[in-house]
Amino acid sequence: MKSRIILFFLSLFIWLLLCWPVDGEHLLIGVLVAGLVAFMTGDMFVKRPHHFLNPLRYLWFLYYLPVFLWECLKANIDVARRVIHPDLPINPGIVKVKTSLKSDTALTFLANSITLTPGTMSVDIIPEEGVLYIHWIDVKDKDIEKATEIIVRKFEKIISKIFE
Amino acid sequence: MNEIIGIFFITIGLLFDFFGCLGLLRLPDIYNRLQAATKCVTLGTCGILFGLFLFNGFSALGIKALLCIVFLLLTAPVSAHALARGAHKSGVRLWEKSVCDKYEEDRKS
Repeated sequence: MKSRIILFFLSLFIWLLLCWPVDGEHLLIGVLVAGLVAFMTGDMFVKRPHHFLNPLRYLWFLYYLPVFLWECLKANIDVARRVIHPDLPINPGIVKVKTSLKSDTALTFLANSITLTPGTMSVDIIPEEGVLYIHWIDVKDKDIEKATEIIVRKFEKIISKIFE
Repeated sequence: MNEIIGIFFITIGLLFDFFGCLGLLRLPDIYNRLQAATKCVTLGTCGILFGLFLFNGFSALGIKALLCIVFLLLTAPVSAHALARGAHKSGVRLWEKSVCDKYEEDRKS
């Protein structure tokens, strides 16, 4: 039930942003459609709704955003540098890294963060074993532990605080 | 003032989009190309949309631009992941100078 309420408010919020200067007609339609959507698909949305009530998670999320944006900017400059360099300095390969995260949301966010950060892109995840396969444009270390240290660590700690 | 900063962001965005397209042409195999395409084009397009937001402020257009940034940041990596995984599963080779392919080794064993 809690999951349905969260989905209702989230979809209503996005709908209101989409038709921004809010008026009565849009609000009415939004409430009706968001209610229908929440009624039909609400129980699939979140598995552990009590997490939404914990304010600490939101604070960690606010901390995660600038870290993520900074890494994203560095990634872009890095790729741009490789692309315009006449010698094309790449050294690609697929490496294997480990993660201790378990929940689906956390793994999704970890994989997305890895994809948008310098030189790495997630190719596959095996959630049961906690293993990710990462395509790395400039392989610095083929060893599992060292690659994990370089690629995963900086995000894993923050994401486990937000989503686990 | 907002318009100058907006133009700055749009220029940066166009520049990164350009680098993304250049990477798509220059890099050797599908995985490297996806790297360039995802990273540069995501931030480039986000830059353009953010510039648009600065031009319009919190109006109907500006808010939609912000929403687009959120959806783009959520969906671009997922689609890149799906493409890379699909390519690997259907047997697209890595570039011949690639260093290692742990995924191939693990799938064979």
